[in-house]
Amino acid sequence: MVEDEDNEWGQLNLTNWKGLSATDPIKSVEDKWLLLPAFLKVKGLVKQHIDSFNYFVDVDIKNIVKANNKVTSDVDPRFWLKYTDINVGFPDRNEESSVDKKVTPNECRLRDTTYSAPIIVTIQYTRGKNIVQRNVNIGRLPIMLRSCKCVLTGRSEEQLARMIECPLDPGGYFVVKGTEKVILVQEQLSKNRIIVETDSAKGVVQASCTSSTHGGLKSKTYVATKKGKIYLRHNSIHEDIPIVIALKALGIQSDKEILLLTAGNTDAYKTAFSANLEDAAKLGVFTRHQALEYIGSRVKVNRRVMGPRRPAWEEALEALATIVLAHVPVKGLDFRSKAIFVATMTRRVLMAIDDEHMVDDRDYVGNKRLELAGQLLALLFEDLFKTYNSNLKNAIDKVLKKPSRTSEFDAFNTMRMQGDHLTSGFVRAISTGNWSLKRFKMERAGVTHVLSRLSFISALGMMTRISSQFEKTRKVSGPRALQPSQWGVLCPSDTPEGEACGLVKNLALMTHITTDVEEEPIIRLAFMLGVEDISLTTGTEIYGPHTFVVNVNGTIIGLTRYPTRFVAQFRKLRRARRFSEFVSIYINHHHRAVHIASDGGRICRPAIIVENGRSRVTSEHIQQLKKGTMTFDDFLKKGLVEYLDVNEENDTYIALYENDIVLTTTHLEIEPFTLLGAVAGLIPYPHHNQSPRNTYQCAMGKQAIGAIAYNQLNRIDTLLYLSVYPQQPMVKTKTIELVGYDKLPAGQNATVAVMSYSGFDRLADAPLDENGQISKKYDIIQLDGLAGVGERVDPGDVYVNKQTPSNAADNTFTGQAASVPYKNTPLTYKSPVSGNIDKVMISDTENDQTIVKVLIRQTRRPELGDKFSSRHGQKGVCGLIVNQEDMPFNDQGINPGN
Amino acid sequence: MSSQPLDPRRLVGVHAERVTDVSSRDFPGHYPGEDHSWNLQRFKKNLKVKVQRLSNHSIEFDIVGVDASIANAFRRIMIAEVPAICIEHVFAFNNTSVIVDEVLAHRFGLVPLNVDPSLMEMRSPDDPPTDRNTLVFEVDVTCERNPKAPKGSTDPYELYINPEVLSSHITWSPAGEQAEVFADNAPAPTNPNIVLAKLRPGQQIHYQMHAVKGVGKDHAKFSPVATASYRLLPHIKITKPIPPHLAEKFQKCFSPGVIKINPRTREVSVDGNGARKDTVSREVLRHPEFTDSVELGRVRDYFLFNVESESAYRPERLLPEAIKVMREKLAIIKQAAEALREKSTTMDNDVVMTDV
Repeated sequence: MVEDEDNEWGQLNLTNWKGLSATDPIKSVEDKWLLLPAFLKVKGLVKQHIDSFNYFVDVDIKNIVKANNKVTSDVDPRFWLKYTDINVGFPDRNEESSVDKKVTPNECRLRDTTYSAPIIVTIQYTRGKNIVQRNVNIGRLPIMLRSCKCVLTGRSEEQLARMIECPLDPGGYFVVKGTEKVILVQEQLSKNRIIVETDSAKGVVQASCTSSTHGGLKSKTYVATKKGKIYLRHNSIHEDIPIVIALKALGIQSDKEILLLTAGNTDAYKTAFSANLEDAAKLGVFTRHQALEYIGSRVKVNRRVMGPRRPAWEEALEALATIVLAHVPVKGLDFRSKAIFVATMTRRVLMAIDDEHMVDDRDYVGNKRLELAGQLLALLFEDLFKTYNSNLKNAIDKVLKKPSRTSEFDAFNTMRMQGDHLTSGFVRAISTGNWSLKRFKMERAGVTHVLSRLSFISALGMMTRISSQFEKTRKVSGPRALQPSQWGVLCPSDTPEGEACGLVKNLALMTHITTDVEEEPIIRLAFMLGVEDISLTTGTEIYGPHTFVVNVNGTIIGLTRYPTRFVAQFRKLRRARRFSEFVSIYINHHHRAVHIASDGGRICRPAIIVENGRSRVTSEHIQQLKKGTMTFDDFLKKGLVEYLDVNEENDTYIALYENDIVLTTTHLEIEPFTLLGAVAGLIPYPHHNQSPRNTYQCAMGKQAIGAIAYNQLNRIDTLLYLSVYPQQPMVKTKTIELVGYDKLPAGQNATVAVMSYSGFDRLADAPLDENGQISKKYDIIQLDGLAGVGERVDPGDVYVNKQTPSNAADNTFTGQAASVPYKNTPLTYKSPVSGNIDKVMISDTENDQTIVKVLIRQTRRPELGDKFSSRHGQKGVCGLIVNQEDMPFNDQGINPGN
Repeated sequence: MSSQPLDPRRLVGVHAERVTDVSSRDFPGHYPGEDHSWNLQRFKKNLKVKVQRLSNHSIEFDIVGVDASIANAFRRIMIAEVPAICIEHVFAFNNTSVIVDEVLAHRFGLVPLNVDPSLMEMRSPDDPPTDRNTLVFEVDVTCERNPKAPKGSTDPYELYINPEVLSSHITWSPAGEQAEVFADNAPAPTNPNIVLAKLRPGQQIHYQMHAVKGVGKDHAKFSPVATASYRLLPHIKITKPIPPHLAEKFQKCFSPGVIKINPRTREVSVDGNGARKDTVSREVLRHPEFTDSVELGRVRDYFLFNVESESAYRPERLLPEAIKVMREKLAIIKQAAEALREKSTTMDNDVVMTDV
């Protein structure tokens, strides 16, 4: 007994007990992958589209109207009209006569109408001597399915079934004139950020910055070397401006200060820069006024309003304030921050001259922004709204010009007469895909695509697709290559083969794309956390040994001497939800800068926070998640999980599995398989495949015939492929269950035997029966002129016996309706294989035209030449169909087949 | 069986990486310098057919002493050429269910019927339907709400009347002399519980169907068997005594019941008829301690048939039916061969092979 007790004491004092030491983690977080379904529950698979549209409808559209809220008249100075609010309603039926205004997306698909909601503005305007407030409908906006304005959002499966809508349908697309249209995600280089590049062939180093402001103005400013000297280049200035002159024009007159702001105290930079100072002196530019005169004489002036010619320095001042680097704010002609921005660009060029590693990588995902439906629609709306307002102004002027009026002028009536400029503008843009906005110098074709409904996966795959703005013909491999920074945010497998390889990408499962977050509060917060204002500093402080520059969305706001502490405090506040979880912060040690980003289009993903070598998420949290007492949002609120954008990822040390956590670990991956996208996630055991097989499978999985949606039998699409007996896969991945592929499967579980078979590849050509003219047969037509449901249609059969007036183009009114001559224009069945009438629909479109849709079905069996594939990119063409008795069999009598 | 020494010529050798003596010779069972001419008496002596297991739907039997070509011919004939009765033509009067006509008709065609094919004649494509070659079936099912459904129920069978179309809904309408011929066994599906379609209130299926006689060659639905396959009898020969401490390990290398261990002497031997239970997995050949202590093989002319009947035939009737079909085929060949011989003798020149 005594001995035993001693033993027990001894055991307690051991450093190792039952194989565990005191420092070992207590227990691992089981099922932490359940955060993924929780994430998808709040966000859904196409959350980026929907979030972006919601942001446009709720926030952006109001900002746009606020920026263009006044309509005045040139004729009557007392008249004004002001927009005080704008709201987008819920989709309704755009017909005067209809009693039930409720509309469902499926009705729009069937009736070839547009699923759109009215845009209502609240206006205040002068009517005589009074100010009147009214609500006016100015047009209709196509509504994204499952967005906050869609009737499907938040509905139960039962309610959706009543609306003939599939609960598994991801939404995120529009229904315009009956077709489903997707606005693909566009990939672009980030705006308002300095990108340094070199051209080794020409020996040019340049820093460029594309400015984009909310006014919609976009311009690119370069600071580039030319023959060893540095110049500022901009489209609105004819000639390259020596950098010193540009800086002098921006208010930094002393050469000493210029040198301090650009080269600082680094000797190498000073030597490289000194020639530029000399250059300015040679050109006789010493003062700010001289610099402005120099630039002013080179500014492109496009003056529409005739007026007195302004002096050159004034032109230069305006150009520098509003056009060059337009995103850097100039308040009351205080050019300080803009001067520092130009100086920083110059310094970056100097750094790159000194060390060629200091250039930026354009292909780095952190330097990219994704443009979504919301942003594109916002641009379109701004353009249409401005045109609408100028049309309105002209119409008002026209009325006000008339010297005498019978009644008091009411702008409300003029507004109502404005027609459907906005409605037709939206419909035209979305249905053609042409975004040609002259106002913003935008000319883009192929922005929208018809949602591919060949299979459920093809529709889903389309919603996660990203198209690149780069040309496909350019023979550079950089943009096509797999970027290490793609990890976790863009699928490494899912890209097409051939010309678009690597340019078209797909989002990974947990990727989120940010929307704009207001930056003023963030800047205020940064100052509160001890950042010193940039306009109070000189080069000595900026490039001091311990100072880090603080940037917000690419604009320099100040300095900090304790970057790590500042960043840690900033993150702490974010985890406490004091501001948006999508604001990112990171330190760039090369540039000695802290970058805060709150702009939209950044790609980010959630990760579990690790503190003191332990995951913040514990098994208890997961238990609560399983019980349903916690949602993904609670994890964010409690600071257990946070979003990381690609830049912030560089500041982290993310453990892939829990047992990989060390003391320096900052985050833990939620689940490794989320690095794949929705389509690649369907491949079972992808890590056992050769990597291109996964890529092939991503392209091929979309072609599988199966179930498309729960409403597949209620759809009348031009082409619809359905499988009579689809089977859910026996080998499932977690992704399969998450995307619902087991509920809408494609393909069958086949028994496969691999064996050699000697024989010949022989294909007999089926003789085509072409008599030249096939006489039209009206056998299956019923009394209403339409074929009966269930009837067989053979080639040449008429299924809609339609007549059209022979003078349809002739609009002259003859008086007698009965005498209008009609000619027969029957619809005949053209396919060589006979089919059956599946469905006949009669309805009318928005402009009261009768529409008849006839769905013809062909039931097909697998035949020679049909393509079959496994789920691993292994495809083949059927070359022989073997009779049951000729099939090989094993001891148990099992045959290949299914 | 395996206790008797076996003619090594009858064995197919199964080794770790390969299978030896697989192919049959040009003249199966013939060896140079020996007389193997066909002899009815000897064939009768060697041929053994024995039923091992018989149930309502399946049969297992052995055929010993024939060449694989003969055994395979029986298997193929059972699958493809023994006739059966199936629904072939479907006339749709109404179908408002979700399942489309073509698919539903195909499903009706696959329903096995209990009609003895010998009672019917084959119908060629141009033949008119008669009471000798066609059976008429009807299905007329309408789904309705059940007014007496318990509140809150979600079970379709409580909520609706006729929520499913079953094979038992197929009713036979006799024509001509059929009522007499099929008096003791009215034509109907063999299984009344096959779900063919699901209906919801307001949906109706009304079909008339014609069943005809056909063979599996034309369509798999006419195949009277669900499966007909055979395997060769496994042969296990223990060539070296297995050390007692490895006995259990050796036993586990085979399927259960194949190897027996004498509880007293720990001697390892093949359990009487145990070899037939083996799957010839070759597991034993993977262990180095058992090298050269066992030889695996299969008996070339010992066929273990397994046939599942899914038609009007009793399982034990399938082989005789197959033999019947084969005899008919042989009769045709014989007739053709005789015609050929006659032709050659009368014309007195070389035999010219032409179509019969």
